Amino acid sequence: MSRNRQPLLEIKGLKKHFDISSGWFSREQKSVKAVDGIDLKVYPGETLGIVGESGCGKSTTGNTILRLLEATEGQILFEGEDLAKLSNKQMREKRKDIQMIFQDPFSSLNPRMKVFDLIAEPLRSHKAASGRELKKQVYELMETVGISKSFAERFPHEFSGGQRQRIGIARALALKPKLIVCDEPVSALDVSIQSQILNLLDRLQKEFNLTYIFIAHGLPAIKHISDRVAVMYLGKVVELADRDQLFEKPMHPYTEGLLSSVPIPDPENRNNRERIILKGDLPSPANPPSGCRFHTRCPYADEKCRTEEPAFSEERDGHHVMCHYPLKAGRGVLVGNS
Amino acid sequence: MSVNISAQTEAPREEEFEVSKRPNQLRRWAKLLLRSKTGTIGMLIVLSVCFTAVFAPFLAPYEPDAMNAANINVPPMWLDGGSSAHVLGTDSLGRDMLSRLIYGSQVSLIIGVFSVIVAGIIGLAMGILAGYYGKWIDNLVMRVVDSFLAVPNILLILVILGIFGSNMLTLILVLGVTNWVIYARLVRSEVLSLKERDFIRAAKSIGTKDSTIMLKHILPNVFSSFIVISTLSVATTIILEASLSFLGLGIQPPSISWGYMLSSGRDYLATSWWLATFPGLAITFTVLGIIFLGDWLRDVLDPRSQGRK
Repeated sequence: MSRNRQPLLEIKGLKKHFDISSGWFSREQKSVKAVDGIDLKVYPGETLGIVGESGCGKSTTGNTILRLLEATEGQILFEGEDLAKLSNKQMREKRKDIQMIFQDPFSSLNPRMKVFDLIAEPLRSHKAASGRELKKQVYELMETVGISKSFAERFPHEFSGGQRQRIGIARALALKPKLIVCDEPVSALDVSIQSQILNLLDRLQKEFNLTYIFIAHGLPAIKHISDRVAVMYLGKVVELADRDQLFEKPMHPYTEGLLSSVPIPDPENRNNRERIILKGDLPSPANPPSGCRFHTRCPYADEKCRTEEPAFSEERDGHHVMCHYPLKAGRGVLVGNS
Repeated sequence: MSVNISAQTEAPREEEFEVSKRPNQLRRWAKLLLRSKTGTIGMLIVLSVCFTAVFAPFLAPYEPDAMNAANINVPPMWLDGGSSAHVLGTDSLGRDMLSRLIYGSQVSLIIGVFSVIVAGIIGLAMGILAGYYGKWIDNLVMRVVDSFLAVPNILLILVILGIFGSNMLTLILVLGVTNWVIYARLVRSEVLSLKERDFIRAAKSIGTKDSTIMLKHILPNVFSSFIVISTLSVATTIILEASLSFLGLGIQPPSISWGYMLSSGRDYLATSWWLATFPGLAITFTVLGIIFLGDWLRDVLDPRSQGRK
């Protein structure tokens, strides 16, 4: 459906390395390869979920798109224009179209600003509205995200996490952006509030025709909101597919492991499932394993995986995977490299 | 207000706030002030010192430099030999102590407050710029700060005053320019940690200008520690001015400051203790009042502590 259209955002070969120098005299330049060459396309109106465990580089990707971190290498094409090459001033203009929702609603709002000023900030920064018009727009935004107007003069500490996240959403929405990067917007919230916020995001997407990049480490949230899902492991995208495909027929052993780690609340059902438990920890991104990055933890790895890095190839329509032996439908059945 | 308090004591649930109207700003501040004992005391002391300074000509019973050779070193009125004509006694030239104290408040207060304002403005600006932009700006500012710290303050002040001469304006500027480094260091370190906070990144992602981020996000958040240091600093400046007077480079007679009175009273400490004691007490109380007020101000400026005190 959306695949025929021009992508709104296209990431090409994006890398973000953090240098770690170990003293004055050491010649050795080490770096943590937080994001190590990823390619993604985001189409207008869709939600691209990015999932992975802590330290896989998903938040770094989000921050790099918004130039909160400068990319080491690669292109970030927004409507065909490379954001990484823009001057600070040009980028400031572009920020009208790309906004971000932050993970921690407690630290992402200035404790000394009132709700009204917090929500008015984007409008004032870009001189989008002033005076009566500003007031009207701020109140409208508050209504849209479900905060009563009477709270306009309150400070963030007087609100609960869910309400603060609503304020954060109102801020992101104020300039009517095209793309919103949601950096784990619900992982700091209570489970009961999580669904409220997800539903709100869902509703706003339809209402304002928004495109989301939704970063999370929890699969249920991703499943709820995404159209397509990218699975990241150690700075690389290892699998990318439509949501239903990915959840029903994962092709990468890592995705399979992730899916099987989701707790099932129903004990009857739970026993029917084959548990695949990933061994070991995430290897250090400063010194990633040779060959396939996942081979140290993969139950199916062989000699080829240890030496040769697999390509990120399209196995089925729109289903990309980075594996020598992608899983076929049904668990644990291997097919040869096509 | 009662609505406000109940909303905070109960854990707020989603969408369950009652509407509360905030009282107008002035009344709110007055209420907050009366709720804190030390704040009230501090405010009273500071206001009365300011009042004294402003209305000195009307309050003082004598001219501050009116000498009376017949009444030298008269003790305060409640001691033997004291008289109600000179409530706090007279000095070695027969000048009325009370009148001198009242006039002295002008100079001490002006120098104390304004030099801190000068130092604070320079220090805040430099600290925020260095901390926020980092890189070579940070290096430059911090090396300048280091060189200021490497030279003893009093020496620097003496040199500058020696060149430009000593009057009120140069004193204020000199004390300000030599003290800004304290603020710059403090503010810079605060900014360094603030800069990494999410709400600064959020402001950047929204597209807020650097200048606005510094003024609206960083400045209010470094202000509370700034207030604490600067109130303490008013105190040390008043004392520094006193030591300059002692060295002969402070305020020059016939102007009077508490510091000058204190240092000139030292010679008579054994015989006429009131000459040094009363200016000393005046300095102590004023400083105490300013510190109380500053402490309260810091609490009030933090929106999170409202309603809890």
